Amino acid sequence: MSQLFPMKQVLGFVFSILLTTVALAVYFLDMSFAAGMTILLVTAFIQAGLQLVVFMHAGETKDKGAIYTNVFYGLIIALVTVFGTLLAMIWDM
Amino acid sequence: MDFFDRFAVPHPSLAIYASMAAIGLTVIAVFAGLTYFKKWGYLWREWLTTVDHKRIGIMYLLSALLMLFRGGVDAIMMRAQLAVPENTLLDAQHYNEIFTTHGIVMILFMAMPFIMFFMNFVVPLQIGARDVAFPRLNALSFWLFFMGAMLFNISFVVGGSPDAGWTSYFPLAGTEFSKSVGSNYYMIAIQIAGIGTLMTGINFITTILKMRAPGMTLMKMPMFTWSALIANVIIVFAFPVLAVLLAMGTLDRQIGTHFFTMDNGGMDMLWANIFWVWGHPEVYILILPAFGIYSEVISTFARRNLYGYKSMVGSMVLISLLSFFVWLHHFFTMGQGALTNSIFSITTMAIAVPTGVKIFNWLLTLRKGKIVFTTPMLYSMLFIPLFTLGGVTGVMLGMSAADYQYHNTMFLVAHFHNVIIPGVVYAMLAGLHYYWPKMFGFMLNEKIGKWTAWLLSIGFVLAFMPMYISGLDGQARRMYTYSEAAGFGAMNMISFVGAAIMAIGFVLIVYNIYYSTRYETRDISNDPWDARTLEWSTHTPVPEYNFAILPEVRSNEALWDAKKNGHVLFKGEYEKIHMPNNSGIPFIMSCIFFVWGFSFIFSLWIPVILTTIGIFICMALRSFEQDHGRYISVKEIEETETNLRGA
Ligand code: HEM
Ligand SMILES: [Cu+2]
Repeated sequence: MSQLFPMKQVLGFVFSILLTTVALAVYFLDMSFAAGMTILLVTAFIQAGLQLVVFMHAGETKDKGAIYTNVFYGLIIALVTVFGTLLAMIWDM
Repeated sequence: MDFFDRFAVPHPSLAIYASMAAIGLTVIAVFAGLTYFKKWGYLWREWLTTVDHKRIGIMYLLSALLMLFRGGVDAIMMRAQLAVPENTLLDAQHYNEIFTTHGIVMILFMAMPFIMFFMNFVVPLQIGARDVAFPRLNALSFWLFFMGAMLFNISFVVGGSPDAGWTSYFPLAGTEFSKSVGSNYYMIAIQIAGIGTLMTGINFITTILKMRAPGMTLMKMPMFTWSALIANVIIVFAFPVLAVLLAMGTLDRQIGTHFFTMDNGGMDMLWANIFWVWGHPEVYILILPAFGIYSEVISTFARRNLYGYKSMVGSMVLISLLSFFVWLHHFFTMGQGALTNSIFSITTMAIAVPTGVKIFNWLLTLRKGKIVFTTPMLYSMLFIPLFTLGGVTGVMLGMSAADYQYHNTMFLVAHFHNVIIPGVVYAMLAGLHYYWPKMFGFMLNEKIGKWTAWLLSIGFVLAFMPMYISGLDGQARRMYTYSEAAGFGAMNMISFVGAAIMAIGFVLIVYNIYYSTRYETRDISNDPWDARTLEWSTHTPVPEYNFAILPEVRSNEALWDAKKNGHVLFKGEYEKIHMPNNSGIPFIMSCIFFVWGFSFIFSLWIPVILTTIGIFICMALRSFEQDHGRYISVKEIEETETNLRGA
């Protein structure tokens, strides 16, 4: 049964819809910029992780190590680029 | 006539009309020649549709050499203009166009295809594979690059060249200050070539990770393959940034968005920022494969294994990561605070450490080596001191407080030529001499080769060392002239003489190719340099399937093992070999891309729509095509092998 019914994927789908709803709520509810932004950032990162692990099957094959190394490498570069840019263009201008 | 006015060059001169005539005549001559000698079929079957990594490599090489001369002519014109004060050889506008196209042509259309040539030709042979992972994608990469380069090159006879520098900073490159289509050429032509490069990145990472010969673990890969792997990883992370940047630039210039404008919420400095997020990793994409070539050449001609293999790999991995952390050093003077500048000063100096580790490894390889002074080795020996000088001035520039003095002066120009010429260009020439016999079955003449290396080096020192001095004296870069009173005259005259000597050097390379084609012996072995890695274990010329039997590998110097330690490389019987079929789609699709790009540049929207549809049709055709490749039978392999062994 467990082979036929993709429990993990279905739960993942429900969770992913939930995350989307929470993110959408930021638009409809009246909250401060900081609070809204925090919610958006947190839900966005969880969402991205969810997609990678549950729906793109990262971690299910023996390439696991290579895939996660790659993801972390990309993540580090992305974060440094984004925060470096914010620092240079806005915060420390 | 209104419609045709847009194709006119906005700032014509006699030289441009002469070039138009020359280009026209060359095209006619090529077409007539092909028709007269009935070579169209040959060209189509053997080259335009090929998916063979070796032939694609050779086409990259030809394009790179062609572009080297285009960029070289630009360079000599700039040096001639600056040779004496208040010169009027070129006016300001022409000077702007020339330094812009010089930079782009040299970096994107000369150095990049040159390293692509090495990766294509060498990597599959070095890892004992029969082709790259996606041969047809590889052909598409090449043709997209080629069409991008050609599109860029017609700019100076159709519509006008870009003139905002190879960095194309906004707001200067925006429509307000650059009205002609020149900067559209920049955005679109580089975009097309860049897509090709990105595909190469994916293709080679897959090839290197998945197609190595049995026994070749990652830590048993030859150093050039390692450097290619790392360079391709950087490509995959850096080139999407360029693609997005150019798309934003295009939108700003042609669709009216405001990413980089000075009004309506745009931020002009963001261009410089994103440009260098790609730009700094790009310089490492160029230098790492160059380091790989030096590693091969130095260990071959020092007749011993590479010193510090693990630290070589480690330092490259570190460089690949650090290269993304330093981009801000290109605009220390843009107004951000001391904190930010200090952070990026530190990361910049940190990157000099792994680079230094590599230098010491080469020196230690030479120590206790039995050095053989061939032309490739001579280039490598000239590389070490000259490149180190460039690295040291890089560290000087990396100190943000001091950079206020150096930035945008000839000092900076001297720095980056000092790393790129002895670093990248010498590696290419060393590699060219080194791999020439494998490609064409004869060596390049050693005597002319050494003369060339010395001439280039003397020319290089004369051309670029004075720039450090005049830069410190305050000569700004990208100025088309200076007054007599400024006192830069003598330095610039020396530079011009140096540049002229280098030009002679580059002409000698062509002469060497001509001379060697006529006079050098064809009677050479498969391994004329007594080398250590797998590419020298197969026949010369390399058969289409590279290896009749896939080699088995025990160390990072498989051929050396076989020659000295009785290791058996090729075990077993011939089996039929699966090879990919040729295809015309990559070429045709890239031609459509060319028309797409041209129409986009001139905002001709109807052809843009039609060609976009055409591109999608090509992709659909590929998706629904049933092509499972073909087999080379054992009989054919036996015949080829006996022929090659006999020769
Ligand atoms: C030790 C390593 C290096 C350091 C510390 C270093 C540092 C720097 C710095 C700080 C600048 C900006 C200076 C300014 O704009 O005032 C610069 C510019 C440049 N560097 Fe390097 N560099 C190094 C190696 C290289 C290598 C290996 C290459 C190429 C193969 C390279 C190519 C360039 C180019 C093309 C520019 C100028 C681009 C432009 O503004 O047009 N550098 N370098
Ligand atoms: Cu840099």
